[in-house]
Amino acid sequence: MQSNEETYNYGVVRQFAIMTVVWGVVGMLVGVIIAAQLLWPELNFDIAWLSYGRLRPLHTNAVIFAFGGCALFATSYYVVQRTSHARLFSDALAAFTFWGWQTVIVLAAITLPLGITSGKEYAELEWPIDILITLVWVAYAVVFFGTLYNRKIPHIYVANWFFGAFILTVALLHLVNSAAVPATFWKSYSAYAGAQDAMIQWWYGHNAVGFFLTAGFLGIMYYFIPKQANRPVYSYRLSVVHFWALVFTYMWAGPHHLHYTALPDWAQSLGMVFSLILLAPSWGGMINGIMTLSGAWHKLRDDPILKFLIVSLSFYGMSTFEGPMMSIKTVNALSHYTDWTVGHVHSGALGWVGLVSIGAIYFLIPKLFGRAEMWSVRLINTHFWIATVGIVLYIAAMWIAGVMQGLMWRAVGADGTLTYTFVESVKATYPFYAIRLLGGVLYFSGMLLMAYNVFKTVLDGKTFEARIPAPVHA
Amino acid sequence: MDINTLRIIVTLATLAAFLGIVLWAYLPSRRQGLERQAMSILEDREP
Repeated sequence: MQSNEETYNYGVVRQFAIMTVVWGVVGMLVGVIIAAQLLWPELNFDIAWLSYGRLRPLHTNAVIFAFGGCALFATSYYVVQRTSHARLFSDALAAFTFWGWQTVIVLAAITLPLGITSGKEYAELEWPIDILITLVWVAYAVVFFGTLYNRKIPHIYVANWFFGAFILTVALLHLVNSAAVPATFWKSYSAYAGAQDAMIQWWYGHNAVGFFLTAGFLGIMYYFIPKQANRPVYSYRLSVVHFWALVFTYMWAGPHHLHYTALPDWAQSLGMVFSLILLAPSWGGMINGIMTLSGAWHKLRDDPILKFLIVSLSFYGMSTFEGPMMSIKTVNALSHYTDWTVGHVHSGALGWVGLVSIGAIYFLIPKLFGRAEMWSVRLINTHFWIATVGIVLYIAAMWIAGVMQGLMWRAVGADGTLTYTFVESVKATYPFYAIRLLGGVLYFSGMLLMAYNVFKTVLDGKTFEARIPAPVHA
Repeated sequence: MDINTLRIIVTLATLAAFLGIVLWAYLPSRRQGLERQAMSILEDREP
């Protein structure tokens, strides 16, 4: 029997990795249900709990914080241990982050359908749950930075910088945006008012995209792509510049969510300018990741895990080009409030965050369960193609629907009256909602294949504890 | 001091810090050391 000091803590990584798949299935199923409700509104069965307005935040919370969050916990705990040659700082605190985070998710799944919400997008959970999130997050920071402090390797590998920035920034965002005055146990009101409340909300909202959905997953990219390709990252120096450029610019981009609102015009323009500047670090990082395969492109042909990881970067490149374009005020005048925004979010969410997480979990599962590879590599390949076709259908449908809606809403006759009523634009969107549902069903089916593949791998494997290498003395 | 002067100073200081980081990363003498770090995760073999 080995002592804890000699092995990595793979137990908590295993728990988070499995729950990534479970919550992925659940969150995407809710997404498919609400996509179907847009097509067939009767699917809410006149039950308030199943109404679109309540299930939509359940879907976003489940995929972002349950699926994405568990993927980030699993990968960051794995990477920080392996690159530090140190066991997690505290097994008890790590276990607390797991059980605490699962409790937050279950509470979200109960309260949101009941209509208990603070009404802040991507931060809907009420104040008692917000406090639990804060406790879990502080524990997460202690475990992560404590492990870095105990590291046996002098250098802090770049992936850890991204994970670290993600943890610190999300703490700041959550504390500021969730500040509220409780009225009852399940109802509170924002501490801010009017345009300031809106600005705080979208400072939070956009940086949740920037640090939860980008920086954290870039940490995954900088570790798992080089590992899976067995090649060092294309330019380590570029990765250093990439990190700091992202950190210095992302914080300013939030106001682009509030173009043509009561927010002061200068703040809107500032948000637009910084969104445009963001194109440079985003593409710098994307190129750095993809070029890691330079000279070894053939590996893409027969390694489906690498396909997930590399194609995730092409979707990252696509959505980080689209985002700055949509932040230009004249473009935003067409795109805002249309389904183009929904398409943009999903090219980032399904294409970038989803694929990179799935790739990393496929990498991790065999290693955590003492297997050489997944139960079926062919099934990973099938998953990849189903998911990719699903994403393309989804985002193409939303692009067409969004541009069409924007054009219909702004069309005016010679006398200045609107050419179309709103409901005419809804009717025109109908076929695209059907294509979007098909795309979503495909992506969800891929996730079911993954769940089956993971189940079979775990069934054949056994829990495995890896030894920490002995320190090398120069 | 006017709060806006302070804000300008902080903004320019962070820009200078960023440019300093770029220079630091791209100093020719850093090249080898940083490339070795890129290799470090590949030398860590999973059993």
